[in-house]
Amino acid sequence: MAHGHVELHDGPAPAHEHHGPGLYIVGYIASLVLTAIAFWLALGHHMAGGPLALTLLILGALQIVVQLFFFMHVTEGDGPPFHSMALVLGLIFTFAIALMSIWIMSFHYQVQ
Amino acid sequence: MAVAEKALGHAHGHLSGADLAKPLEYQDPHQSVRILGFWLFLATDMLLFGCLFATYLVLHTHTDGGPTAKELFDIPGFTAETFILLTSSFTGGLATLAMRNRNKKQVLAWLAVTILLGLSFVGLEAQEFYKDVLEGATMQRSAFLSAFFTLVGTHGSHVSLGIVWMFSILLQVAKRGLTQVTARKIFIVNLYWHFLDVVWVFIFTVVYLFGVVL
Repeated sequence: MAHGHVELHDGPAPAHEHHGPGLYIVGYIASLVLTAIAFWLALGHHMAGGPLALTLLILGALQIVVQLFFFMHVTEGDGPPFHSMALVLGLIFTFAIALMSIWIMSFHYQVQ
Repeated sequence: MAVAEKALGHAHGHLSGADLAKPLEYQDPHQSVRILGFWLFLATDMLLFGCLFATYLVLHTHTDGGPTAKELFDIPGFTAETFILLTSSFTGGLATLAMRNRNKKQVLAWLAVTILLGLSFVGLEAQEFYKDVLEGATMQRSAFLSAFFTLVGTHGSHVSLGIVWMFSILLQVAKRGLTQVTARKIFIVNLYWHFLDVVWVFIFTVVYLFGVVL
């Protein structure tokens, strides 16, 4: 079946699916809603400090998911998903650096 | 090596049905491997921001009697910046979509919109920094401000670089049209742009919202 298409090159552009913007619009609305929730929770004083910080970070993590799956086509690619592995490793390192720095410096006195 | 190159070149000349079913930027293995390479770059760039976030989180209370986050941050200002960047991530995505639909005019239009939104984001940020400095909140004032300007400034310079880069790709697409090479470039610059949007979401959460509320 593949061979039947080999010589199509000089003819009209090869048939390709036309993709609508639906996925992008959903992603955009999702990112706006997540941001609005974050603003509402933070500026409306609906929660205490600790739980608020955690909730805002979870909303941020959901924003990563929205960008990756709706805009960045993270599930697509050529061959094995090496890029996803690199991304997961990078995310683990990034959060480890940030969270462990806070943890270890909490043992310390305040330096001005 | 030369043989492999030749084989790839051959495959390039006679794309099979399976290759044509792929999105334009993945049809040529030479371009696909560049996209993979760019993902690897993004993973390492994330580490850079991870270190800057760690520094900020450790130092943000060290204000040395100078301005604090609560006094400094302007809610309408960072709200506008957030909205502009989220929208530009969407319009950048629409440029990728238009590329996949082989619509050159739409690609150029959406890239131009994205660049304009990027410029207004950088403009607002420069204005914010200028206002901070006039109020005496300079980078040298305290550890908090050093960490703040380094983190937010690094993101801002990434966005500025992204604007120049995206403009150069806009010119290339205008000149050469949509090929497998320009398609890959459009895809990659938008990956970069979406990544910067994610970084901003965390800056807006950890720096601005935490700063104003906590």
